[in-house]
Amino acid sequence: MSRDDVYAALTDVMRDVFDDDDIVVGPDTTARDIAGWDSQAHVTLIVAAEQRFGVRFRTAEFESLRNVGDFVALIESRLAA
Amino acid sequence: MSLMPWLLPLHDPGAALREARALDETARPAAALRLAMHDLDAIATQRLDRFAAAQHFEATEITPIRVALLGSHTLDHLAPAIRVGGLRHGLAIELHLGGYGQYRTALLSGDPALDAFAPRYVLIALDVAAVLPNAPMATTRSETDRLIADAVASIRDGWRRIRSRWSAQPIQQTFLPQSPALIGSNEALLPASPTMLCDRLNAAVRDAAAEDGALLLDVATRMPPRHGDDRLYDPVRWYQAKQLVNPVFGPLYGELLAQVLAAAQGRARKCLVVDLDNTMWGGVVGDDGMENLKLGQGSAEGEAYLAFQLYVRRLAERGVILSVCSKNDHDVARGVFDSHPEMQLGYGDVACFVANWQDKATNLRTIAARLNIGIDSLVFVDDNPAERDIVRRELPMVAVPELPDDVAFYPERIAAAGYFEAAAITGDDFGRGRSYAANVQRATALDEATDMEGFLRSLEMTLIWGPITPLDRMRAAQLINKSNQFNLTTIRRSEAELEQVLRDPGAVALGFRLRDRFGDNGLISVVIARRDAALPDDTWLIDTWLMSCRVLGRGVEAAALSVLIDMLKARGIAAVVGEYRPTARNAMVERHYETLGFTPIDPLPGAEQGARFWRLAIADRPPPAHHLELEMTA
Repeated sequence: MSRDDVYAALTDVMRDVFDDDDIVVGPDTTARDIAGWDSQAHVTLIVAAEQRFGVRFRTAEFESLRNVGDFVALIESRLAA
Repeated sequence: MSLMPWLLPLHDPGAALREARALDETARPAAALRLAMHDLDAIATQRLDRFAAAQHFEATEITPIRVALLGSHTLDHLAPAIRVGGLRHGLAIELHLGGYGQYRTALLSGDPALDAFAPRYVLIALDVAAVLPNAPMATTRSETDRLIADAVASIRDGWRRIRSRWSAQPIQQTFLPQSPALIGSNEALLPASPTMLCDRLNAAVRDAAAEDGALLLDVATRMPPRHGDDRLYDPVRWYQAKQLVNPVFGPLYGELLAQVLAAAQGRARKCLVVDLDNTMWGGVVGDDGMENLKLGQGSAEGEAYLAFQLYVRRLAERGVILSVCSKNDHDVARGVFDSHPEMQLGYGDVACFVANWQDKATNLRTIAARLNIGIDSLVFVDDNPAERDIVRRELPMVAVPELPDDVAFYPERIAAAGYFEAAAITGDDFGRGRSYAANVQRATALDEATDMEGFLRSLEMTLIWGPITPLDRMRAAQLINKSNQFNLTTIRRSEAELEQVLRDPGAVALGFRLRDRFGDNGLISVVIARRDAALPDDTWLIDTWLMSCRVLGRGVEAAALSVLIDMLKARGIAAVVGEYRPTARNAMVERHYETLGFTPIDPLPGAEQGARFWRLAIADRPPPAHHLELEMTA
């Protein structure tokens, strides 16, 4: 899966989770940029991404995510493993 | 494999939602209900919930109820699935979510927001650590017994507070194990082991709930601990967000809670309708002949059909009405019931036996009409996907489970769908099958009797009446919460609320049992009359009048009215006012008061929109004519 594919798939996941077909994300996108991205939605997003990519993130990993770029890097590292 | 395989899969929920949004405003509520019937994952469920929240549902189609969730852990992530589960069961659920950990304060000292919300149901969802102290491993069995007894006592105290503070029905979620074994197979050697404590806590809570009339949401037995790679209790979700239930399992959780709420609201299914060929036995009796059917010991497949029949028979024994709907020659199909030695079901166990060559939708309508129950109380089980599809299309209100390829899994599939969830089981449930069978005999008696009056006299009916006794209270509450058709006002009351009415000197709550020469029909009617602020003191309002449709056309209404008149006369009441509140399902009693000789009057001030009223002066009225002996409850 190329980085573009990961971005595309993650964008789909986020559009579903936040129920907004117009969401466009880049590496610098943060929770503040997207309506409804609170702590509960964050868990929902993590779970939806795990299901979509077929991976599990570690307990320690959620807290270190600063933006979508970090999230994509995390997904890529898990897919490579 | 899905968590709710009895529901239809939906391949592209996103596209289906886009289509639904594009519909005309008036068509959207129906589209939301249709989508809710599908097996959706957590995200699609959340999106459907948002879509449904923007729609306006008619209260006649879907019952609005208020449910409060109080928990020691996070429940917010389950809210969308609970509401969508509600839609699937005809309920518009409004939720109040207590802050997590606030449940104890809410129960002990109240909560203004929750008081204002006035819940009808309160779900208590706790984790083991919230009710049991962290016991050292050396704790003895008798000490752990005491800890569990204390925990259950405090849970029961919570139920009492829910009833007294909000007159609401408590629903208790069972406990989920969160800690792995410390020994293994012989874990019971260690009474203080968290897994043992969790098991014993659940056993004690189940007993207490049955005793106190609290309902259970038994997540410990109704939800699988693992599904594929996902765990019901996922420690990562717990550490991250104090979610006891993994969000991936949310849709199933919402469905299970909705099953319980639907049962409590009288929307559980009543009748199981089964196909015969390749559903109740292997093979086609008309082609293969009775002797070549696969049924019974001797072949693996035959044993699987036998086990399914046994499951169906037990459902019938516990009060589910059984019917047959088969494309078959009637006598050929019946012959199997009469003469096949391995059959677990007799012809007499089937309340309505329809075997002909008509389409199944028409036959299902006939079955509902003959049994005097709503089409929406039917569950239709047929191995043929084409028949299921046609019935779903023609009669969307009939529950039609998707079935596995192998009959060996039919029982667990039907059980998982929770169609026949119950809020209470009474002696009348066990007698229901016999009672419906007796109804068939009564219908035959009607054919033989030359006139209606002669028929009614020949039934030798006795109506046993009196204020609802403690013994009948549970069954009365069941009727109050389940009856939809012969129900003038459809006012629902919990057992606790009914008890309040019984204690009220300004009210009478009467229960009626009907006995005839074919048997005892049990408690079949409830009438509640009371003083009302909108009426003078000498005129009472009939707040509730409902009757089981099994005894329609027997003159019970007139006899019940004469009892009520006598009761009210004795209290110096001069007149009585009857109210009819139309719903989608009670048109059959639209003319009830008119038929009984009441006179129409203007709606009372503050009455519900659409409600109609009638008045009857009872002072000088001769008792209405009927053919029932009256006997007062001992």
